[in-house]
Amino acid sequence: MSALDELRQLRRGGVQVRKRDNRAAFWFLAPWFAGLIFITIGPVLASFGLGFTKYNLIQPPKFIGFDNFARILSDERLHNALGVTFTYVLVSVPLQLACALGVALLLDRGLRGLAFYRSAFYLPSLLGSSVAIAVLWTQVFGTDGLVNRVLSFFGVEGKGWISDPDTALSTLIVLNVWTFGSPMIIFLAGLRQIPAMYYEAAAIDGASKWSQFWRITLPLLSPIVFFNLVLQIIHAFQSFTQAFVVSNGTGGPSDSTMFYTLYLYQQGFSRFDMGYASALAWFLLLIIAAFTAINFWAAKYWVFYDD
Amino acid sequence: MTTDLRRRLLVPAKHLGLVLIGIVMLYPVLWMIVSSLRPDDEIFRSPGLILDGLKTENYAEGWNALTPSFGTYLVNSTIVVLGCIIGNLVSCSMAAYAFARLHFTGKRWWFGIMLGTIMLPIHVIIVPQYVLFSQIGWVNTFLPLIVPKLLATDAFFVFLMVQFIRGLPRELDEAARIDGCGHPRIFLRIILPLMTPALATTTIFTFIWTWNDFFGQLIYLTDPDMYTVPVALRTFVDSTVATSWGSQFAMSVVSLIPIFLAFLIGQRYLVKGIATTGGK
Repeated sequence: MSALDELRQLRRGGVQVRKRDNRAAFWFLAPWFAGLIFITIGPVLASFGLGFTKYNLIQPPKFIGFDNFARILSDERLHNALGVTFTYVLVSVPLQLACALGVALLLDRGLRGLAFYRSAFYLPSLLGSSVAIAVLWTQVFGTDGLVNRVLSFFGVEGKGWISDPDTALSTLIVLNVWTFGSPMIIFLAGLRQIPAMYYEAAAIDGASKWSQFWRITLPLLSPIVFFNLVLQIIHAFQSFTQAFVVSNGTGGPSDSTMFYTLYLYQQGFSRFDMGYASALAWFLLLIIAAFTAINFWAAKYWVFYDD
Repeated sequence: MTTDLRRRLLVPAKHLGLVLIGIVMLYPVLWMIVSSLRPDDEIFRSPGLILDGLKTENYAEGWNALTPSFGTYLVNSTIVVLGCIIGNLVSCSMAAYAFARLHFTGKRWWFGIMLGTIMLPIHVIIVPQYVLFSQIGWVNTFLPLIVPKLLATDAFFVFLMVQFIRGLPRELDEAARIDGCGHPRIFLRIILPLMTPALATTTIFTFIWTWNDFFGQLIYLTDPDMYTVPVALRTFVDSTVATSWGSQFAMSVVSLIPIFLAFLIGQRYLVKGIATTGGK
């Protein structure tokens, strides 16, 4: 067999491998394709269609044009829910990330007991989304709750933090800030990537810790800050359990904990107005997409890539 | 001299700060555990952690408060969690192998779509999904919770495993291929055994997220016999408004014990999983 033949065979072999790969890939990806069609993309498209109908699961869907979307524009309870959700996202996420970064900075650079502290601060982010913690929060911020016990110790008169519409949302914000552990771990991993050399050089030049933070740490960490910001905003928009449990599913007192997701749940699964719920779901998707897009656009001005 | 002194004071100050933050953060949880062993009037009175006596009746009371008892809900949650873990391990590892190791048409596109679905909020797909599952009679079964996991819809884990497989030396598969191994065998005999750390991370996250998940379980499970722990706990709390915090705390503690255990056993994998891919 000549070298040329061998080469030709190799080439044919190469082509065959390609072909075989396509077939193998199809089988390896078969479950994922099925999931994409029936569980994710399919329903996304279907909910777009349902958004133009009136549908209660019993009678067949009835086409009503843009009525559901017009209703979004005039629904005042929804506008209130949007306000509550925006406040929650825009206040709790920056606070949560600030705590995460602050604690990560304290833990950085070989502090003794790092693993122990890291675990202790991380634990709440595993517990935070559970019903059990929402039950605890209901007691802790209730009229006779733990917070007021501690306050009365200092002679401060407390109140029913959850039953007061002015403070109910703040208790949920505190709960989200409490789960700063998982962005903290991402920050810690990012801090470890910054070469110690930079700090040594800056120290020799007489830079203070403060300016080292602003000139070295923050710029080099900005891609991680950005990553956490995008992720936590998307995550916060989807909060549901805590508001649901704390308000017994009502979003009260006086709609002060009415998250967008809770309103969507009420429309879809308490009132079985599936058409309007679908329109709401799409609107939520657009809002989250818009926030993410703004984030990516703004990133050009403050995120620093060192390459 | 002064910098030396400052440095010597800085480290203890850091520890003091961290311990204080830790106490403030974990105190409510510790207090809940202690209070679950207290009579109700003492729960209201005492913000401390020292117990006068043990009142285990809270547990008995909470356990039997609903019909069926809490044992059923623990079994139900366990079934759902195990189903989801198996589903994620099988389907996500298969998809990850294809994305990491195979050449196929439109790979970049499919990979992009897969990444996009990580960001997709469940609320956007829940309505049509519910319509679909209710039409095939799956409401009040565990199937709507488990079957999606068998179809690799937790794209987060696909991504995590792709990252892991990319880090494995390609020479291993090439050697196996020269020895005449096909893709199924390379996957089963070489890649899978090597990716146990990624599989462990997937197991532990699936366990915790599924155990805590409330939204999906609330929507699909309305028959008390099918309730999982979060749904049952919420029903219990709702039915005993403003009464017996002791038993509510007791059942809350019971519901959190598996999470604590998973955390203790799987810490290493949790931390690694988040640090590499940025978990929730």
